[in-house]
Amino acid sequence: MIFAALIFAVLLGVYLSGRLLSDDLIAADFSQKAQKPSLEHPFGTDMLGRDMLARTLKGLSVSIVVGTVASCVSAVIALIVGVAAATGASWLDHLINWVIDLVMGIPHTVLLILISFACGKGLKGVLIGVAVTHWTGLARIIRSEVLQIRSQQYIEVSKKLGHSSWWITVHHILPHMVPQFLIGLILMFPHAIMHESSLTFLGFGLSPEQPAIGIILSESMKYISTGMWWLAFFPGLMLVLIVLLFDRLGENLKKIVDPYSAHE
Amino acid sequence: MQIEGKNLSFRYHPKLPWILKDVSLTVKEGERVGLVGPSGYGKSTLVRLLAGYLEPEEGEILLDGKPLPRKGISPVQLIYQHPEKAINPRWKMKKVLQESGMFRQEVMDSLGIEKDWLERYPRELSGGELQRFCVARSLFPGTHFLFADEMSTMLDVITQAQIWNLMLREVESRNLGLLMVTHNMELAKKVCTRTVHLEEINHRGKL
Amino acid sequence: MKEQPVLTVEDLSVSFHMYDTGLEQYDLKVISNLTLDVRPGEIVAIAGSSGSGKSLLAHAVMGLLPGNASTSGTIAYKGKVLSQKDKEKLRGKEFALVPQSVAYLDPLMTVGTQVTGKKPDQKLLQAQKEIFRRLHLKEGTEKLYPFQLSGGMARRILVSTAVLSDAQVILADEPTPGLDLQMALEALKIFRELADKGKAVVLITHDIDLAFHIADRIAVFYAGTTVEVADARDFLTGPQALRHPYSKALWEALPQNGFRPIAGFQPYAKYLPDGCLFGPRCPYKTRKCETTIPMAEVRGGYVRCIHAD
Repeated sequence: MIFAALIFAVLLGVYLSGRLLSDDLIAADFSQKAQKPSLEHPFGTDMLGRDMLARTLKGLSVSIVVGTVASCVSAVIALIVGVAAATGASWLDHLINWVIDLVMGIPHTVLLILISFACGKGLKGVLIGVAVTHWTGLARIIRSEVLQIRSQQYIEVSKKLGHSSWWITVHHILPHMVPQFLIGLILMFPHAIMHESSLTFLGFGLSPEQPAIGIILSESMKYISTGMWWLAFFPGLMLVLIVLLFDRLGENLKKIVDPYSAHE
Repeated sequence: MQIEGKNLSFRYHPKLPWILKDVSLTVKEGERVGLVGPSGYGKSTLVRLLAGYLEPEEGEILLDGKPLPRKGISPVQLIYQHPEKAINPRWKMKKVLQESGMFRQEVMDSLGIEKDWLERYPRELSGGELQRFCVARSLFPGTHFLFADEMSTMLDVITQAQIWNLMLREVESRNLGLLMVTHNMELAKKVCTRTVHLEEINHRGKL
Repeated sequence: MKEQPVLTVEDLSVSFHMYDTGLEQYDLKVISNLTLDVRPGEIVAIAGSSGSGKSLLAHAVMGLLPGNASTSGTIAYKGKVLSQKDKEKLRGKEFALVPQSVAYLDPLMTVGTQVTGKKPDQKLLQAQKEIFRRLHLKEGTEKLYPFQLSGGMARRILVSTAVLSDAQVILADEPTPGLDLQMALEALKIFRELADKGKAVVLITHDIDLAFHIADRIAVFYAGTTVEVADARDFLTGPQALRHPYSKALWEALPQNGFRPIAGFQPYAKYLPDGCLFGPRCPYKTRKCETTIPMAEVRGGYVRCIHAD
């Protein structure tokens, strides 16, 4: 619990610091160009003399926003689709399963690039791309969970007490889905962030002016052979760290929210 | 009122053998029928068919000559063997009773449901205590038949006697029809006005 | 009959460390000061309502309690006090458990293999066939997987597993529910034969009227402790031969004996009363009952009641 709160605080801190840092800090300053990490610039500076720490923080805060929005949208899609598949007519279930198989069958990155490209790249393209490709796994879990709950005796009883299918979904089934939903949502974060970064890295995502981690990493590739390791090392490390933190947060929440594992 | 199963046949899949074949059984209001028979003869299946939880493959279930309604509040309520499975584990007991609209003090009193149980979760109550709630929520004004499928098999004898005594009082005062499944012949003798041996009315032949 | 007990449980207490809503934690004492012994050649039936600690006793003996449980008191086999390691060593060899839940079968193994073990010899196979036949399990059942069994069949498989093991002590946790009378009697008869061959059987059951006929001694559990251990004949005789008011109440609640229940409920482990655990429901309760009550010998049986005579 405390651990989860701590992780949350760190993530919030990274986001806010990225937001609140003034743009002056990443203004080009050629007198400071290509410096190694020092006390003044802990992450070093790039070819344009910009402070890499400030750029990394700004990049991460963009990533967190993208991650949050994309995984929220994705999780909501998953919930609606999953519940609809499990409670609706059988043709709907077949259709949804088919779509899930289809989305899961295509290599993730390829699909992401296609959608993002079709939606006009940029922030919007990335958001839509990530949001519409990540719901399948969770939708499948929710579908099977709903099916399992619908076969319970207390659902039968509820029906015989005269409650409608809609009433049962709202009162019996959805509350059961809350832990699954929250955990699924948080564990989707790291995926979303990674895919946003990789999309941007490949040049199909955010535009080069934006201080995104993917941009930073792809730029740094040009200079890595000249020995400027810090350009890639620190931003990359931070990205991995943030992803891991989200993952830990999800695992921790799972322990708190899920009553079945909590009592061990 | 009476509920009548006419030539009921049931199997889970056309490739599987019949569980019930041409079974007919009538339960009238005010009578208490004990359904007995060896394991695996389809006692539970028959009860679930008559209560409208399963659809028969052949035959029909009539409530006063008309087909049993599939939707809405059912006049036939079923009480299961495992009360902990028949109650949403995430609900407080109060909500369980509210779901059926059954929150009358007199019903709670007559079934011996204590006030502070209402604020507890199912896992904090014993099987016997939970079973009282299952009976309580089935007893609303529209109920005409109570079906009990091995309702007290998992309970100790004192709790079994407590619940059956309370239940019989309610059944009698409301003039309900009762159909109960049990392995315990002594219990059937004590509770029922007549007993039916399923192996005598089930025409599925030898398995 | 006066042989040394093979299994002795003395002053056993088990509590669980539980989480309440949020982060509150508390200890739930589910078994308190429980005492029981079993001799070779006898069946001791344990009677009592659910939540009286019957299954937990079996799990404690087998060393199967979950990690958040803590125990005090001793469990001894042939006079030797057992550690957790000892229990794990004896489990399956000297001790066999017939578990209550049919979910204990391995879903990926045919039931025949589970009953006899891998590569059984001819004698064992013969014995398995014999047991299956007596329990009305059709030929070919041993080739099935657990998911193909009905509840009653699975329960009979569990019974035969324990029967075919070479264990000296058999703990059967509710082997009969879901079986009809004839089959339940057959299962109990098999336990009786095992006991007659010199094994010790602990039979945990709800069907106490069956147990009265098959067991040698009956131990009555209430709210996690033993309130009476008595000869099974006393239970057939009737309440006047019994010692504890709860045992008498059990007898009188049987459908064939009047079907008259006493009022009230077994206390929930979180809210146990002081002193005699049966106190709140007892008609003979006095001030003295509010202290700890020891087991005492009365008329050849043992009882945890200061008013018994």
